[in-house]
Amino acid sequence: MNSRFTWFNATSLTLGFVFLYLPILLLVIFSFNESRLVTVWAGFSTKWYVELFQDEAFLDAALVTLRVALLSATVATILGTLAAVVMIRAGRFRGRTLFSGMIYAPLVMPEVITGLSLLLLFVAIGIDRGFWTITIAHITFSMCYAAVVVSSRMVTFDTSLEEAATDLGCTPFQSFIKVTLPIMAPAIVSAWLLAFTLSLDDLVIASFTSGPGATTLPMKIYSQVRLGVTPQINALSTILISVVTLGVLTASFLTRRAETKRKADELLAGS
Amino acid sequence: MNISPNKKPSARFAPWEDPAQKPLVRFGNVTKRFGSFTAIDNISLDIYEREFFALLGPSGCGKTTMMRMLAGFEKPSEGTISLGGEDIADIPPYKRPVNMMFQSYALFPHMTVEANIAFGLKQDKWPKQQISERVEEMLSLVQLTKFAKRKPHQLSGGQRQRVALARSLAKKPKLLLLDEPLGALDKKLREKTQFELMDIQEKLGMTFVIVTHDQEEAMTVASRIAVMDDGKLIQVATPEVIYEYPNCRYVADFIGDVNLVEGRISSKTEEMVKLAWAEGQGDIDISNKNGCAAGENACLAIRPEKVHVTREEPQDVDNKIRGVIHDIAYIGNLSTYYVKLGNGQIFRAQESNRRRLANREFTWDDQVWLSWRNTAGVLLQK
Repeated sequence: MNSRFTWFNATSLTLGFVFLYLPILLLVIFSFNESRLVTVWAGFSTKWYVELFQDEAFLDAALVTLRVALLSATVATILGTLAAVVMIRAGRFRGRTLFSGMIYAPLVMPEVITGLSLLLLFVAIGIDRGFWTITIAHITFSMCYAAVVVSSRMVTFDTSLEEAATDLGCTPFQSFIKVTLPIMAPAIVSAWLLAFTLSLDDLVIASFTSGPGATTLPMKIYSQVRLGVTPQINALSTILISVVTLGVLTASFLTRRAETKRKADELLAGS
Repeated sequence: MNISPNKKPSARFAPWEDPAQKPLVRFGNVTKRFGSFTAIDNISLDIYEREFFALLGPSGCGKTTMMRMLAGFEKPSEGTISLGGEDIADIPPYKRPVNMMFQSYALFPHMTVEANIAFGLKQDKWPKQQISERVEEMLSLVQLTKFAKRKPHQLSGGQRQRVALARSLAKKPKLLLLDEPLGALDKKLREKTQFELMDIQEKLGMTFVIVTHDQEEAMTVASRIAVMDDGKLIQVATPEVIYEYPNCRYVADFIGDVNLVEGRISSKTEEMVKLAWAEGQGDIDISNKNGCAAGENACLAIRPEKVHVTREEPQDVDNKIRGVIHDIAYIGNLSTYYVKLGNGQIFRAQESNRRRLANREFTWDDQVWLSWRNTAGVLLQK
């Protein structure tokens, strides 16, 4: 393989990155715009950030979003892990195929349908829509993602580890707590992070299931944009982007460090 | 077994020959079915205290199922299993005084070597002081004291194997089960570890049951071997008896190399059986050690190393056959000669190469004589 940095490579690389990041870059730049007009540059300013943190409606929405995401991610991870354990471990029970098929179905279900059906359910049983209905709805759909993530790790789990724990005196429940869970922890953490992110940026299902009392951040942004894009939204988006970027960088740094450590360990084992 | 080839009168370890001895483990007519598949077919077996007992057989013969029933991971479909006289069928694995060393070692990856060894002791709520003493003792037993703080993935294969052994020994089980314990090690290390295992077993005076498909391993470590096939016990005996006096063709063929000569018993006396095996060839004399009757079809099993190859017609031998050297397998210390007999059968004879290759006596297509004593082989019923 003879790879050189040619003009062709440089051009396609640039085009690709421009395609991906130009919109985001514009958004970030205009969040520091002095002018109220989004597309006209009038000098640098951070006033929209200041204004954003004084806007109670936005802060409320952010708080609701965060609470929904934390709660729903936690419950969804617990339920998803339990579902994964049953699917991988329970062997062939009656209706197993049906069960595992049904747990994955919401992944491919259009969000609009999930949202609509949940709305119908909440109306039918007469719950007041608000914070709790959004949380329940988010648990419903992010649970399947959690189940998928956890079960894909569970498949490669060596069951003789659990047998060894049982052999050394653990009841099956104790061996699950002392051996299975700690080993599964990374998968469970990524399931939680995935569920958290999904809940954070969901618009469609939240719109269907929220009530007058509770508005999430994506809903707030969407409703604001319908009245016209303000630099305030740009500022908010910039904050979100920085948070996400920070998260991704931290995650890759941690992975990288684990990798280096593993290599060092292997060297140690060989000596 | 009715045959014990080298009976030493004094202090030989053979509790299975003493009817007064009580077995530690007793399988009583145990059958295990998985659905319609019978993994274990009506097996009765006694294992005695301080034995190093090997379950030997090809994969799928049921040896692992036997072990998993002892550990408590499987329940027999029929029959009883008792340990020290107590029926253990309904005792779950975590309450049995039995520990197992897993084939994959099953070390807990999130714990240090120390924590792995201490795991079972903590579970049994030993006092802290005693736990650390016991862990220390186990680490020095397997020579891993330096590695106490490492995690399993920071160890080599041989070290992991020793951690697994230490962990399973820590609780002082009445019975230690070893599931293909050396399968993942290379040949040199495996041979060394076999002796270590034997030393440890002797030092601790514990009862070991090992599952293996490696016949050399079983021969080396075991006090007795149970050869299994298809869910049944074929022969249970000491390594010497298994090798020298296999009770059927399956065992003779499974352990080591063997020549099988089909024939019909032409005559039988108190001392000797004559086997007619081919037209125009003399009958083979075999010392009478088996209950075959005259006129029956039978089969002579004779090990290649008990057959001599000579150029001249040997005198003063019990049996001799002429043949032509068809092939020679040179493996350094030994050469195996594949000799074609008059009836076309290939007969294997093994000679140790005491001289260098250049001085080798025979080459391809040489006319040679094969000879052996009439006590060298065993007669097997068809």
